[in-house]
Amino acid sequence: MIESANFAADLAAIWLTVKLAAVTTLLLLLIGTPIAWWLARTRSAWKGPVGAVVALPIVLPPTVLGFYLLLLMGPEGVVGKLTTAAGMGLLPFSFSGLVVASVIYSMPFVVQPLQNAFEAIGDGPLEAAATLRASPLDAFFSVALPLAKPGFLTATILGFAHTVGEFGVVLMIGGNIPDKTRVVSVLIYDHVEAMEYGRAHWLAGGMVAFSFVVLLALYWLNPTGRRRT
Amino acid sequence: MLRLFGLLRTRIVRPLLLALLCVTALARADEVQVAVAANFAAPAKQIAQDFERASGHKAVLSLGGTGKFYAQIRNGAPFEVLLAADDETPQRLEAEGAAVAGSRYTYAIGRLVLWSARAGYVDAQGEVLRRGGFRHLALANPRVAPYGQAAMETLTALGLTDPLQAKLVQAENIAQAWQFVASGNAELGFVALSQVAKDGRIAEGSAWIVPARLHAPLRQDAVLLARGKGKPAAEAWLRHLRSDAARATIRAYGYEF
Repeated sequence: MIESANFAADLAAIWLTVKLAAVTTLLLLLIGTPIAWWLARTRSAWKGPVGAVVALPIVLPPTVLGFYLLLLMGPEGVVGKLTTAAGMGLLPFSFSGLVVASVIYSMPFVVQPLQNAFEAIGDGPLEAAATLRASPLDAFFSVALPLAKPGFLTATILGFAHTVGEFGVVLMIGGNIPDKTRVVSVLIYDHVEAMEYGRAHWLAGGMVAFSFVVLLALYWLNPTGRRRT
Repeated sequence: MLRLFGLLRTRIVRPLLLALLCVTALARADEVQVAVAANFAAPAKQIAQDFERASGHKAVLSLGGTGKFYAQIRNGAPFEVLLAADDETPQRLEAEGAAVAGSRYTYAIGRLVLWSARAGYVDAQGEVLRRGGFRHLALANPRVAPYGQAAMETLTALGLTDPLQAKLVQAENIAQAWQFVASGNAELGFVALSQVAKDGRIAEGSAWIVPARLHAPLRQDAVLLARGKGKPAAEAWLRHLRSDAARATIRAYGYEF
């Protein structure tokens, strides 16, 4: 049914989506962990505002995010002027641009599970580590991180899945370029607009199956209810 | 206290409700739901204002891509008239019985323009395309947007498809193509003349009006949809669209007939 050239284009979009989600998730774990740690431990008055900014993408329409990113990263925008000065050129219509946008867009889905996990550890284990003369850094790596493992698992899965499901932001700043910014969600939209429902179906159906499996895995791997009983 | 509420209810609320009902009923009867191709947004808004003044009816405009409208109309969208960006979609809707047979006509012929938000960037002959030196050339997705298709035909006619392939950025529709260029993220792009023309002139930036011989004509058809059949407001809107006043507006935005 599906012509081989079309199939190759669909596969390229799938591969690009996986690549984008993987790079984004990796970056988010690196950036999100210290933010989540700080949010979980701080008594600073900034906790509220920082937490709110991190959570913004949950409530903002992706079009708002995409629109402001397009302006900010454009030649007249602050970010655009910085990236141009740094010799990177402009970020819209590039894979790096999508990574930056996805990191912002998926941030709360990584930071919040981590923050919850860190908060659940409480002061006890860390104080115990301190009395054993562990440095704060040592306590973090050998006590907090292992205890927060379920949180990391949830954060990784949610960050990855949420990036795969990204659409509005990519549509606003992507430019639909094969192998660079044409991800699966955008390609599905294309197929539907072009009235090629057959091609849309196998990709869209695949997305439904993928999302279901991911969420199912999340429930199986994090049986919080079962652990308590 | 209770009596006061009762009084309020009978003396004020009831007549008010009645009046509100009448108004909404009237408004319903006199409204026409129009799906408008993104490139025709500006003239459509102006024509809708004149239409309201002249006829007392109200035109409710929805702007978007023609392909999306097609899918929505086929799946029960409440549109009564479609002003498409092409002539194929109205034809198809008519053949499938979703539009009223014989109501279709060409309301405008669009012109493609190579446009940059920067003054002096695009020369009057479009030589900038051969010179290169830009990073991104925006166009509407040729798979779904007629103006995008016309842009690709133009590049093919100029023999520039291959050298420029890596610089093309595709927008979802012509409105987004304009946005890519207007924000400066793409140095230049193919948009509709109607988006950058005001009173028959290029309003800002620089442009090359692509000669009509370089692409198939951008014939834009209007059609009365099945839901608008027999509705006075819908028929009045289509009549108004053919009026001299409306045609003058359409022409001022750079369309031809």
